[in-house]
Amino acid sequence: MELTNDWYLVLSVAMFVIGAVGLLVRRNPLVMFMCVELMLNAVNVSFVALGTELNDVSGQIAVFFVLVVAAVEVVVGLALVVAINRRRADATADDISVLRG
Amino acid sequence: MPAQLAQISQPVTPPQYSLAGLSPLIILAVGAFLLIMFRSVIKRLPATAERFATIAVGPTTVVAAWIVGGLVGDEMPLANVRADIGTLWFAVLFALVLVVAALFVGTMRVGFDAIFTSGTGLVALAAIAELWNDHHRATWPAEFGERPVGLLGNPVRAIGDQFSFDGFSLVIAGVILSAVVLCALLLDEYLRRERIDGPEMYVLMMLSAAGGVVMAGAGDLIVLFLGLETLSISVYIMAALHVRRSESLEAGLKYFVLGAFSSAFLLYGMALVYGATGSLNLHEIRLYLASVVILKDAMLLAGLAMMLVGLGFKVAAVPFHTWTPDVYQGAPTPVVAFMASAVKAAGFAALVRVFVVTFLPYWPDWTPAVAVLAMLTLLVGAVLAIVQRDVKRMLAYSSISHAGFILVGVEAASARGTAAVVFYVAAYAFMVIGTFGVLTVVSGPGDRKTNLDDLDGLAARRPALALALTIFLLAQAGVPLTTGFVAKFEIIGAAVEVRSFWLAVVAMVSAVVSAFLYLRIVLSVYLGSPADDSESSDDAPVERVHPAAGLAIGIALAVTIGFGLIPGPIDELATEAIPQLFAAGQR
Repeated sequence: MELTNDWYLVLSVAMFVIGAVGLLVRRNPLVMFMCVELMLNAVNVSFVALGTELNDVSGQIAVFFVLVVAAVEVVVGLALVVAINRRRADATADDISVLRG
Repeated sequence: MPAQLAQISQPVTPPQYSLAGLSPLIILAVGAFLLIMFRSVIKRLPATAERFATIAVGPTTVVAAWIVGGLVGDEMPLANVRADIGTLWFAVLFALVLVVAALFVGTMRVGFDAIFTSGTGLVALAAIAELWNDHHRATWPAEFGERPVGLLGNPVRAIGDQFSFDGFSLVIAGVILSAVVLCALLLDEYLRRERIDGPEMYVLMMLSAAGGVVMAGAGDLIVLFLGLETLSISVYIMAALHVRRSESLEAGLKYFVLGAFSSAFLLYGMALVYGATGSLNLHEIRLYLASVVILKDAMLLAGLAMMLVGLGFKVAAVPFHTWTPDVYQGAPTPVVAFMASAVKAAGFAALVRVFVVTFLPYWPDWTPAVAVLAMLTLLVGAVLAIVQRDVKRMLAYSSISHAGFILVGVEAASARGTAAVVFYVAAYAFMVIGTFGVLTVVSGPGDRKTNLDDLDGLAARRPALALALTIFLLAQAGVPLTTGFVAKFEIIGAAVEVRSFWLAVVAMVSAVVSAFLYLRIVLSVYLGSPADDSESSDDAPVERVHPAAGLAIGIALAVTIGFGLIPGPIDELATEAIPQLFAAGQR
């Protein structure tokens, strides 16, 4: 079987779906952050695949920006988790429910 | 490489840079940097030094705004500065500002951080105003007589066509910076009351505003994404910054998780659009879509849908609204004012820029989806607001239904609809800052008193505050003689113009339902009696209106009523902002 560019897009869709479902299903904030990372990396895979297919460099460049943003998001997310855990150990998303909704 | 792709990949031309176009961002960045620096210096000095520094901010702002105006505005840099020096009126004005600033700070104890942030916002607003006057409008020579309507200058290219200011982005940037000025004044007393005083909140707010300005002027999907993330990540932290309140932390975490989720959707949509059109540049995408018929457009449509989901999250459109009530209830009240005004304005700027302008050739594909979103948003926001007991939650749902109104303007995909969006965003920003400004004062230490019962008898305790709240709520309901009425009128007019009659009907029904909600709050303010009778009215805590907060509420009130009575200026601004967007035709 020949490995065409489409398979990379299939891979990226699969990663994105796993990430999205994981974010909705899992309750541990850290696992939720990992799922966000998975979704962003799925985007990176598709950017690279599409950039290669189009023979255009801007897809690859976009990946760098996405990586930076992903790193920044994790920093902020972890800071929030630390701040919450200082008040209450072992917080899962279900415990963090002072606000209904 | 397909043949049509070879056509659109043009030879690379060096991008044009313009320092004038970058000036609002530079001012915000320098302001944030200086604030951190000054804080660490002032902390080591006696208290009187801080007083003097605070007093000095007022005149410094005037001088800085004047010099920035001179640098940004004219053909010859600083021409107006040289002309103004020595004129009598300028000296008088300067002395007046000095006296007012001294009195304001001396008698009212406004903090240095707040005044400094407001000043930075004002200087950036001066740059925006000069860009509007001298670049956006002034390309028509005076000797040719009156300038035809719709003929405007080229966008100011700050960084090539990646980031440029046209009329639309200038107005949106103006709204965002006005929100910074007013929210800084609201934050001042709030932070001291909650004992979380410090420069962090102000610095984050300036960074967030810079992100919003980038979003408003983005000409490239990646630049748009970077602006969005700068805006959002700062606001995640701002929502969670009240670290001793667990609701605040929870609001921050929820906002963060759902915000990151929506960013991923937006980004995946961008990747798919890139794959379908071969470019990330909005202008090139539009040219490509207008000139090439894509036979297999599944990838493009999937990309459109995912971008709509991502931006729908940001502007809180139903069914992507679930984070809004929790975050609005949990976050510090002045931050909510900022989120409801600046963040919403930036989100709608992105929505207009991407859908109405770039994907205009595909309007038959995306307008039905936006119409469904708008209908759901209008109805769900209005109906769920009624069943709430917490005023902040109520206003969160009401902000959702306002987002529905703005989406009706987006759905029109016409110049008139976009002008209505601009008008609505600007009007709503001031209304909502005023409303949450009053709530900041009323909610008391720890933001605890936000229940509907806590507003009971507010009119007896603080008649002026109650009147202001009433006017803001009536404006949100769309009562005539306020900006809210004009904004709703423009939106419905735009919807009728493109024959979206059902959407107009739903919008009006939603306005009626929301009116009930606002009247309910007003009734409780005027007719409700405080629930706790054991506490005599003398012991009951009377809400103190700090002068800075009072000033912010007063400005918001003046704008809401002033431009409600005379809507001409904003209307003209909104109409003049649009033509560049639709230079290549419309629906």
